Amino acid sequence: MAYKIIEKLQLAPNVHLMNIEAPDVAAAAKPGQFIILRIDEEGERIPLTIADYDVDKGFVTIIFQEMGKTTKQLGKMSSGDELQDFVGPLGKASEIEKIGTVVLVGGGIGIAPVYPQARAYREIGNKVISIIGARNEEMLILEDEMNSVSDELLVATDDGSKGHHGFVTDLVKQLLDGDEKIDRIVAIGPPIMMRTVAGVTDPYDVETIVSLNPIMVDGTGMCGGCRVNIGGETKFACVDGPEFNAKDVDFNLLMSRLSLYRKEEMDALEGSKKGCGDECKCQ
Amino acid sequence: MSITQEMPEQPAEVRIHNFEEVALGYTEEQAILEAERCLECKKPKCVEGCPVNIDIPGFISSMKEGKFGEAIDVIKRTNTLPAVCGRVCPQEEQCEQLCILGKKSEPISIGRLERFCADREREAGVKDPVVAEPTGKKVAIVGTGPAGLTAASDLAKAGHSVTMFEALHEAGGVLIYGIPEFRLPKAIVKEEVEYIIKLGAELKVDYVIGRIKTLDQLEDEFDAVFLGTGAGLPKFMGIEGENLNGVYSANEFLTRVNLMKAYRFPEYDTPIKRGSNVIVVGGGNVAMDAARSALRLGADEVSIVYRRSDDELPARREEIEHAKEEGIVFRLLANPVRILEGENMTVNGVECIKMELGEPDDSGRRRPVAVEGSEHVVDADIVIMAIGTSPNPIIFDGSKGLEVTPWGTIVVNEAGMTSLEGVCAGGDAVTGAATVISAMGAGKQAAQTINDYLSK
Ligand SMILES: Cc1cc2nc3c(=O)[nH]c(=O)nc-3n(C[C@H](O)[C@H](O)[C@H](O)COP(=O)(O)OP(=O)(O)OC[C@H]3O[C@@H](n4cnc5c(N)ncnc54)[C@H](O)[C@@H]3O)c2cc1C
Ligand SMILES: Cc1cc2nc3c(=O)[nH]c(=O)nc-3n(C[C@H](O)[C@H](O)[C@H](O)COP(=O)(O)OP(=O)(O)OC[C@H]3O[C@@H](n4cnc5c(N)ncnc54)[C@H](O)[C@@H]3O)c2cc1C
Ligand code: SF4
Ligand code: FES
Repeated sequence: MAYKIIEKLQLAPNVHLMNIEAPDVAAAAKPGQFIILRIDEEGERIPLTIADYDVDKGFVTIIFQEMGKTTKQLGKMSSGDELQDFVGPLGKASEIEKIGTVVLVGGGIGIAPVYPQARAYREIGNKVISIIGARNEEMLILEDEMNSVSDELLVATDDGSKGHHGFVTDLVKQLLDGDEKIDRIVAIGPPIMMRTVAGVTDPYDVETIVSLNPIMVDGTGMCGGCRVNIGGETKFACVDGPEFNAKDVDFNLLMSRLSLYRKEEMDALEGSKKGCGDECKCQ
Repeated sequence: MSITQEMPEQPAEVRIHNFEEVALGYTEEQAILEAERCLECKKPKCVEGCPVNIDIPGFISSMKEGKFGEAIDVIKRTNTLPAVCGRVCPQEEQCEQLCILGKKSEPISIGRLERFCADREREAGVKDPVVAEPTGKKVAIVGTGPAGLTAASDLAKAGHSVTMFEALHEAGGVLIYGIPEFRLPKAIVKEEVEYIIKLGAELKVDYVIGRIKTLDQLEDEFDAVFLGTGAGLPKFMGIEGENLNGVYSANEFLTRVNLMKAYRFPEYDTPIKRGSNVIVVGGGNVAMDAARSALRLGADEVSIVYRRSDDELPARREEIEHAKEEGIVFRLLANPVRILEGENMTVNGVECIKMELGEPDDSGRRRPVAVEGSEHVVDADIVIMAIGTSPNPIIFDGSKGLEVTPWGTIVVNEAGMTSLEGVCAGGDAVTGAATVISAMGAGKQAAQTINDYLSK
């Protein structure tokens, strides 16, 4: 089976959007779920959130940031190319209910998974306030899309090149201190950002949900590699999650487990850059 | 009385540095000599011990005359995965245990003879199979471990249109992701899968039932369904330090090594931690495989920590012997109580406690009891938990009415039918972690049941 890349767009430096032909996955996909892909026979299985899907046209949208070997390799592929494996939808779908006012917080590449949720919350009649942030204006993705599915959109950049000068967490705090009653916060982004949001919302009595991104292999509950500590209990993020209540998450453990293969990942990246051009397989 | 032919093997000091097969297989001469020892008993005990009732004296008789083609045909009448079974079946507890020769001398090496015939056929090129006229009925097979593959092949041979769904990117179940290359070369599993595809079965990999489609949907689309989803969910002990960096489930460790080829990193992209002191907790085949894989990845010392004694080790004897020859340390009558934390949440040793054997428990094995005050620390930077698995529940998502036990195994009747009409199940998903051949036996039984059901 091969999964064709039918469209590719660059959203920001090193951030790409791809539509992948996978009709069965598209037909079953729901916000909050993810896929696992493998580029080729030698490839690693990497998880990416389902950023969007089109049931009629039979494709799934992924948005990824070039980090290491696999995402860089993926970044070099173009429309017409094929992926060897594309399995999903995996994980539990987000519980999207009508509850009132929902604040959706997306940091960096985390804006991608937040987008289909914002749309879904809005569609069933919630008031959606979105807060998106990035290092700078250039790195900010999906601003128009987020705008179109939000009642209110707030932007933060670390360097102040757009919107609030500072972190998304500042805006979360401002909202919490304001008059508006907030019924739920969903925050997705780098673990450090989610941990900070969790810290900010903790003193307030507002349900806060985060989406965890531990290292995964199968994504079906078979390997136990994605285990996270939730309220003192071990859970598998791929089947019990990836979304959990922020206040229960042991972020330190998550972050330390994410660093497990740092050396190997650097080696793989170095190896893949060894002067024989991009097609090199000799490492 | 003549004794059994020894199997040529890679010497231990060589094989611990590679992932190639340990046992090399009989030569033709050895195969015939071994076959000639068989008495071709009128009431062959060996067959009673075989879960799929291979006509053992029948195939051995052909071998005596060097008619290996005929021999494999006899085996394949009841066993579609002979190259696999010849390698991994616990023969010493099944056919060989009951062989009459075992009373006075050594039993016939039935497994090795089976392996020889299968390998011989593969080298010569497998004959195209005979398939019945199409019946127009559609059957879905969920999971492609030995149970699913066996059911698929029997149903395809009967002329049904068979579709196999597999969650991973390759078919074979534990045979592909769990059992290491040095015990079961993946090329063999792939050929067995190819054979089933030649029979006309369709294979859809990357297809998780319960996610992409529910069981309810499959029931609507197909005339019958077989669930062979295995027992893939790893168990942990719930002790302190179990989530530290460097603690693996055997499933993750073995999947990285086998399915993802991490032993060939960075040629293959999937990494694995190569420890210097590795501790494997457990005493079954899974533990042996994990330990021997860790050794081949370059660990200085690998030990098995098992709470009972040598006699109770549940792994196949041959594999225990192989592990010992390779220098795996056996820390028996010991149990981990805590994993110690080093820098950056990594593993820095395991605290174990000594055990003694007390009264027998329900399983008839003597119950291990901790010896108070006997805690001691064993050096370790990698810990692999091989203490068992339970059925994977994803399949139940979006299915109404499939009856399961409190342990998560699927309930079936003697015919292999679940509480849902037209839905059969078998293998580890029904029994909990068991053996390749029992999974195959269940696949066969289910195929028979589905056949009967479809011809009603
Ligand atoms: C449920 C889930 C959803 C995700 N969604 C997205 C997304 O929509 N867009 C996006 O850009 N990224 C997403 N990620 C992260 C993405 O999987 C990693 O960036 C990717 O695996 C890195 O692979 P690499 O080979 O390029 O880099 P590597 O050099 O292998 O790794 C770079 C970093 O990525 C992390 N990582 C590595 N392998 C994995 C793995 N198998 N699973 C998870 N993290 C890993 C580690 O922290 C590592 O330090 C998601 C992760 C999870 C678990
Ligand atoms: C490391 C190891 C070593 C072993 N060694 C031996 C040995 O030497 N001898 C022996 O006899 N036995 C051995 N066993 C046990 C033996 O492998 C199992 O009993 C046997 O494989 C069970 O077969 P099965 O078909 O029931 O399931 P499995 O082999 O577990 O296959 C189940 C398949 O179903 C797939 N699946 C699960 N859920 C879904 C879903 N929802 N949708 C689609 N697909 C799904 C899985 O990905 C998997 O491929 C060993 C097991 C392990 C783990
Ligand atoms: S019991 Fe032993 S000797 Fe008798 S037929 Fe079987 S293998 Fe041959
Ligand atoms: S990724 Fe293997 S159990 Fe979650």
